[in-house]
Amino acid sequence: MVQGIYTIASNKKIARDVYEMVLSGDTSALTAPGQFLNIKIEGYFLRRPISVCDWDGDTITIVYKVVGAGTAAMSEMAAGQTLDVLAGLGNGFDMRKSGGTPLLVGGGVGTPPMAGLCRRLVAEGKSPTVVLGFASREDVFYEDQFRSLGAEVRVATADGSYGVQGFVTDAMAGIAPSYFYACGPIPMLRAVSDALPADGQLSFEERMGCGFGACMGCSCQTKYGNKRICRDGPVLTKGEVIW
Amino acid sequence: MVNTKVCLCGIPLDNPVIPASGTFGFGYEFAELYDIDCLGTFSFKGTTATPRFGNPTPRIAETPSGMLNAVGLQNPGVDAVIEEELPRLAKCFHKPVMANVSGFSEEEYVHVCEKFDAVEAVGWIEVNISCPNVHGGGMSFGTSPEAAGAITAAVRRVTRKPLILKLSPNVTDIVSIAKACEAAGADGLSLINTLMGMRIDIRCRRPVLANGTGGLSGPAVFPVALRMVYQVYEAVKIPIIGMGGVSSAQDVLEMMLAGASAVEVGAANLVNPYACRDIIADLPREMEKYGIQTLSDIIGGAH
Repeated sequence: MVQGIYTIASNKKIARDVYEMVLSGDTSALTAPGQFLNIKIEGYFLRRPISVCDWDGDTITIVYKVVGAGTAAMSEMAAGQTLDVLAGLGNGFDMRKSGGTPLLVGGGVGTPPMAGLCRRLVAEGKSPTVVLGFASREDVFYEDQFRSLGAEVRVATADGSYGVQGFVTDAMAGIAPSYFYACGPIPMLRAVSDALPADGQLSFEERMGCGFGACMGCSCQTKYGNKRICRDGPVLTKGEVIW
Repeated sequence: MVNTKVCLCGIPLDNPVIPASGTFGFGYEFAELYDIDCLGTFSFKGTTATPRFGNPTPRIAETPSGMLNAVGLQNPGVDAVIEEELPRLAKCFHKPVMANVSGFSEEEYVHVCEKFDAVEAVGWIEVNISCPNVHGGGMSFGTSPEAAGAITAAVRRVTRKPLILKLSPNVTDIVSIAKACEAAGADGLSLINTLMGMRIDIRCRRPVLANGTGGLSGPAVFPVALRMVYQVYEAVKIPIIGMGGVSSAQDVLEMMLAGASAVEVGAANLVNPYACRDIIADLPREMEKYGIQTLSDIIGGAH
C-alpha cells in the first residue's frame, strides 16, 4: 500500500451514472488486477474504495458509479485536480490459476477489474471469454475494450434492450471455461459460481472503514475462518465462500 | 527542545499519543507503514475470553465529520491474543502495550484481566465497560456507578498492573461513574467511547447498519469528549486518557488542557493511516507555537 497525491488526467462519463477516471501517480503498490484504491474526497470523512480497472506506467484507470454524494462529487472533478489516494489495497486476482480458456464475468460496475485482468491474460497468451451483465442498454460499457483485446464478448441486459435478455448466467450458455473470475453483486456471484463446474475466484464488495485491515468493519466468515474483505480479499476462491 | 514526555499511571511515555483500541488492530498493518515505536503506546483490539466474529455487515456508515461502527468486538479470544498476536507484535513494538479487555459477565472480565496480568509486555489494562455494539455486555456495565464500581473492584483483585476503566458517554452523569471507578480502585480512566447513533438508508427505509445502531466517532464527537474530560478532571484525582475525534496535534493540546494526561487517537487512523505518526511529528512545533516547553505542565491547564 502507498499513500500519495494523484493528479486527475481525465474524468468522463461512459454510461448512465458511470464515469471513467484516469489518475497519474505512483503505481508501484499495484501488484495484481482486482486490487482497489481508497480515495479521500474533500468534505467526506471516510475514503471511497474503488476498484482498479487497469494500470500502466504511472497511470491508473478507475471506473466508478455515482451512488451517493461522495461519488457525485468525484464525477464533477476535472483534469488537473488532485486526490489523496491509498493505492494497492486488497489481494487481487491470482492469474496463475487461469488455464488456457478462462471466463471473466462482470456485473455492472463489477466489470472494470475484468479489463486489467483480461489485458494481462491475453498478454500471457490465454484466450479469455468475457460475459458482462447490465440492467439496460444505457448502462453498458467497455464491450468494445474487451473485444479489441481479442476476447470473445457476450453481453446480457436484464430488460433485454441490448444483447441477450436476462442475467450473465443466461449469456454463459455453452461456455466450458478452464477457470472463472467474477465481480459483481452477490446474487450474481453465487449464480455464476453455482452454474459453473470450474473452479474460480470471486471479488466481493462491503462497506469499509479503513480499507487496509485495521478496523474489522468489512469482515466476513469463510470456510477457512474470518477474513477482511479489504485486506484478505476482496477476491475469495470459490471453495472458501460461505453463501 | 521541547519535552513531550508524560507519565501514565507510573509508566513514562515518550509522548501522549496512543492509537485507540479497535482502530489499530494489533499494530502490524501500521508497522508496515511506519516505525510504530514512535507511539507513546497503543491500545490493542478489544479482547474477550473466547473468539468473536462480531456483528453482521454492514458494520460501517459515514456521518457528517465522522463515522458509525458496529463491529461488535470481533477478536480471536484472549488465548490466541497471548499466544499468537502478542509474540508477533513484539517484533515491531518494543514498549509496554495497553491491553483492552471486554466481556459479557463479571467473570469474563476477571478471567481476561487475570490472563493479561501475567503478560510482561502488557503495561496497562484498559477495561472497556462502554461498548455500545454488543447486547447483554459491554456498555451495560458502564451505565451505572454501581455496576461500574463492581466490575472495577472485581478486576482490581486479579491484577497489580495499572487498571484503566474506559467509560461510556451514553449516560446521564459520567462524573458519578468516574468517581465510582476511582473509589473501587481504578488507576486511570479513558473517556470517551463512541456515542450511540444511527443512519437510515432512505431507499431501503432501513438502518444502514445491520445492527441498527452504532457508535459515533470522529471529529464530530470531539467537543463532547472534551467537555466530559473537563468535567471528570474536576471530580477525580486519577489520570485521564482523553479521546473522541482527536485528529491533530492541536486537538492533543486541547484535550490535555481539559485534563487529559494522555490522548487516544481513533477514527483518524482509519482515514489517514499515518495520523498518529503525523500528530507526534507535529506536536513539538505546535508546543513551540503556544510557548509550551514541557507538555505535562499543561495537563488540566484550562481549569
